[in-house]
Amino acid sequence: MKERMKDLRESSIKAIVECDSAELLEALRVKYLGKKGELTGILRQMGSLSAEERPAMGQLANQLRSEIEQAIDERRAELTSKMMEMKLEREAVDVTLPGEEVRLGHKHPMYNVLDQIKDIFIGMGFEIVEGPEVELAEYNFTKLNIEDSHPSRDWTDTFYFTEDGKILLRTQTSPMQVHAMETKTLPIRMIAPGRVYRKDEVDATHSPMFHQIEGMVIDKGVTMADLKATLNLVVEKIYGKGTVTRFRPHHFPFTEPSCELDIQCHKCGGKGCPTCKGEGWIEVLGAGMVHPKVLSGCGIDPDEYSGWAFGMGLERLAMGEYKITDLRLIFENDVRFLEQF
Amino acid sequence: MNLSRKWLNEFVDLSLDEVNDRDFAEAMSVSGSKVEVTEDLSVKMKNVKVGLITALDKHPNSDHMLVAQLDVGLESPVQICTGAWNVHVGDLVPVALHNALLPGGVKITKGKLRGVASEGMLCSLKELDCTTHDFAYGVIKPAAILGDYHPIDPEKPSIAADIQAGDKIFGKVVAAAVKAVEAADINLWNVTVSTGKDEAVALCDCQNVHVGDLVAYDTAKNHICSLDDLRAKQEEFPHCIADGILVLHEDCKPGDDVAVMLGLDDHVVEFEITPNRPDCLCMIGLARETAVTFCKELKLHEPVVKATAGGDINDLAKVIVEEPELCLRYTARMVKNVKIAPSPAWMRERIRNAGMRPINNVVDITNYVMIEYGQPMHAFDFACVNNQEIHVRCAKEGETIQTLDGNERKLSTNMLCICDTDKPVGVAGVMGGANSEIVGDTAMVLFESANFDGASIRRTATALGMRTDASSRYEKGLDPQNTYKAIQRACELIELLGAGEVVEGVIDVVPTALKQTTLKLEPEKINALLGTDIDEDTMRDILVRLGFTLEGDTIYVPSWRADVVHYSDIAEEVARFYGYNEIPTKFSGGITTAGGYTETQQFERQIGQCCRSMGLDEIITYSFISPSYYDKIRMPVDSPLRDSLRILNPLGEDTSIMRTTILPSMLEILTRNYNYRNKSAALYEIGRIYLKRPDGMADEPRIVSLGAYGPKLSFFTLKGWVECLLRDLGVKDVRFAAERDNASYHPGRCARVFSGEKELGVLGQIHPTVAENYGVDAELYCAELSFDALFAVRGGLPVYQPLPRFPSVTRDLAVVCDAAIPVGELADCILSSGGKYLKDCTLFDVYTGHHIAEGKKSVAFSLTMRSDEQTLTDEHAEETMAAVLQALKERFDAVMR
Repeated sequence: MKERMKDLRESSIKAIVECDSAELLEALRVKYLGKKGELTGILRQMGSLSAEERPAMGQLANQLRSEIEQAIDERRAELTSKMMEMKLEREAVDVTLPGEEVRLGHKHPMYNVLDQIKDIFIGMGFEIVEGPEVELAEYNFTKLNIEDSHPSRDWTDTFYFTEDGKILLRTQTSPMQVHAMETKTLPIRMIAPGRVYRKDEVDATHSPMFHQIEGMVIDKGVTMADLKATLNLVVEKIYGKGTVTRFRPHHFPFTEPSCELDIQCHKCGGKGCPTCKGEGWIEVLGAGMVHPKVLSGCGIDPDEYSGWAFGMGLERLAMGEYKITDLRLIFENDVRFLEQF
Repeated sequence: MNLSRKWLNEFVDLSLDEVNDRDFAEAMSVSGSKVEVTEDLSVKMKNVKVGLITALDKHPNSDHMLVAQLDVGLESPVQICTGAWNVHVGDLVPVALHNALLPGGVKITKGKLRGVASEGMLCSLKELDCTTHDFAYGVIKPAAILGDYHPIDPEKPSIAADIQAGDKIFGKVVAAAVKAVEAADINLWNVTVSTGKDEAVALCDCQNVHVGDLVAYDTAKNHICSLDDLRAKQEEFPHCIADGILVLHEDCKPGDDVAVMLGLDDHVVEFEITPNRPDCLCMIGLARETAVTFCKELKLHEPVVKATAGGDINDLAKVIVEEPELCLRYTARMVKNVKIAPSPAWMRERIRNAGMRPINNVVDITNYVMIEYGQPMHAFDFACVNNQEIHVRCAKEGETIQTLDGNERKLSTNMLCICDTDKPVGVAGVMGGANSEIVGDTAMVLFESANFDGASIRRTATALGMRTDASSRYEKGLDPQNTYKAIQRACELIELLGAGEVVEGVIDVVPTALKQTTLKLEPEKINALLGTDIDEDTMRDILVRLGFTLEGDTIYVPSWRADVVHYSDIAEEVARFYGYNEIPTKFSGGITTAGGYTETQQFERQIGQCCRSMGLDEIITYSFISPSYYDKIRMPVDSPLRDSLRILNPLGEDTSIMRTTILPSMLEILTRNYNYRNKSAALYEIGRIYLKRPDGMADEPRIVSLGAYGPKLSFFTLKGWVECLLRDLGVKDVRFAAERDNASYHPGRCARVFSGEKELGVLGQIHPTVAENYGVDAELYCAELSFDALFAVRGGLPVYQPLPRFPSVTRDLAVVCDAAIPVGELADCILSSGGKYLKDCTLFDVYTGHHIAEGKKSVAFSLTMRSDEQTLTDEHAEETMAAVLQALKERFDAVMR
């Protein structure tokens, strides 16, 4: 009996190790350990043993059972992992094949830049105001301290709707300064982006319609130092930390003192290169302290309140930011262009 | 405004060594005079020297070239071949030596010309970038050299090839041999000619005559003939041309640098002067700014006029200003015996470097004074002024004048003119009249230095379409105090140049008293505006150096600073020279404002975001369109939308009206992409339309415009986008209704979309005819949704709905009904009749054809049922399905398939 158990151990372990499928392994389990299995068969003969032999044999048989069970379990685990490997192998794909296309739309590059600027000012407590593009000369010029004889009022420069020159397409977003001062409660911190129109033929740097963004702060005790601090911060946010700025006197009828803000050319570091036309500086925006005449014209006492304002062209900013070389691309709306942003 | 740094030194000691161009540009720009560009003129021309021709021989291998030996100040002479015939031994000429650089970037190197070494090139006026305005004596006049004769028809020569001295050419003109050529004056030679038997000396003003040449000699006139004299064509004498080498008559010697002689040893700074600072459009103005910027002394010169002609202008002329509003001052002086001649080199150089061309002494003096003082001047022949009276008045009805440029001008009654008692002799501040032009030496010249109203000059110049140097200065408003100084300077220069004799006395008409602007110096107010702490002494110092006068707190604004009228202007003056970049950067604080996007602005952003997430690209289109676009989109002729705001002065028809519909804009962009052969395009724009209001202004509502074309596109792609957008915006109760009457759209593929009863817009396939109008052979899809309508029906904040606790049951339902019944109505019927368990109904198939009767269709829906109280039983589901079927049967006669 002991011999038979030894044979059974050898033959069963060998068969289990060599078995190569889950079904076969189950069959082997039945064959060895099942109710009619070989080990059961051996155990059935226990009756023929003496009482002394029986416990020892019983112990041996139990040991054999657990050995076989363990072998089956191990083999099963091996087979399962092998099967998984084969399955995975079968399911392997060529990962270099392209992914299924998901197409997101693109914001127009100029509005990318505009939204960036809006967010900067929103973060500083500004609000965004909008106003008419078909505008009164009164707002576009007169209330901004622009004389009746100023060349920008010429019919060669401005689009007019009426012979008397009273209604026009706004040539700048600055009339929004007047609208804001007339309608809003003080203090005011606002920006006004929008379309503006000038009688320029289309070319690589001109368009009869383009965009500006106007900004204005009116409060008690607002100074030129405040203008500089705010615009420096804005420029740093647009062009990156450490951007060197320069404020240069300029002239606008509706601000006094007036200035233009230049940034040091990022390409040459101010040495002068084709990007900055050798100047070392790139002009970014115009600004100034709101002219006291404009304030009083809008019903604000310039002795009590002061303010600053700025205006900048968006197209040029976007063109600079994305290295767009021709303004016409902005309004052409070729999808091959739009997709790049 | 171009500033010569050499000239600047006359007013401010500021050499290039002390301050280079870069630092100069930087300092001037930040003090308010923006420098556009600086240019070192010397880099334009290198290694061009004055050479003295010591020998001149015929080229051994050429019938027309000469070989010159030149002394260029070097140890040994240089040899240069030239094709020009106007040079003589003893001439001083500009020589571009080996490795010379000429204007325009032309490089000259030595080489061989037909086997003969040539160590450079002799230069013409053109090669030096000059004209006869720069060198009046540089005009070249050729004589007909018979050796150069090339008959047009070789068979029939007008002059025999073997012609000899003494042979007759025609009339009294015979061939003559040149025996000697001796310079008599500039461009004038005594030429000894021999006709074989006789010899004569003829005075000749042609430069190309040399000993040994055979010329055509007019024995009657003792004259050497030019081509014109022979009535010959240029091609008959190909080398006898009015071109050649510039022969110098300057104070120069061999080896001198021609660049220096031309004034190219200078640096020119180009300024962008803002329109409020016309005082900076001249040397003195910029010198003043320079002096203050660099803390230097400003050296101004007081003109001194000797007035040697005697007499008094007041006895000779009278000036009557009839329009005191338009002519604030009229100053005049008289010059007798004017001799027209070229200006001296120094004056020509300065005028050239300031960007103008020298003409002659009188014109140059007026231009020089304009550049120096900023005061335009005019000189006219006083003999042409009837009754010796100048009237400054507006033109009379129907008056005309021929201006100096030769054009006949119609004058209107608002144009200020300079007139005599009968007629205009000039358009004030714009251009003089041809009738009083100085054409040569003139007995009496009136120099005018006047101040005119800027706006009036600008209107006149614009109306006549002639913006001149003078008018563009006047229109900015000039300093009335400048007229006297300027005329004194002009007369001083007349005397200095010996161009005439100045008459005693000055006519100076100041019809209305010139006003003096005074302001109060308020340092605290200035500091409060700037955010600075500048002390009063610094402010005073800056103002005084700029020419302001202070008495106590009173500031007297100088006459040339009409732009300073307010304390904020004083603040700017202080800030400019204190330094904008020295002003601290600090936030003033103040009341905190909340800021932020308004609900409308957030809504607009949300629409954009949703469109992009659906794959649409954003576009920006022009707000103005062509009126013909309404026809292009088949807008009904009686549509009120055709009543657009019309631009009275558009750039062109294509951009002449404000759009009342956004559709043409979208179609234009779709078309462009289609023409660029882009396979597909899916675009959106949130743009405004402009609807005319009774007051002449516009309502400018926003339209959400979608547009697309491409291979996998259908009406339902577009509808899917619209539905998705409306869902995203929380719009409830959305309904689509077929729209057959919108002429821009395909009548069978167009819908109007509503939320409840509120119409939101239209969507559909563009009518094929419209697509054809745009030249597009593809299906175009567009949607136009009203932003305001969308905003009005937008959903509020979402309210959480508990998630279902019990599973749902799905049943499919296929019914057969009339093909004409819209699926939407079936779905509505199902949802309304399904009872409380029916949660959703989704279309999954529409089928016609096999097994379905003609005129019928099979429509299949998937119905989802669920209860919130219990797991749904089959009976519940059956009840629901039965109710639905009954309703479909009753309403549409639809039966289960």
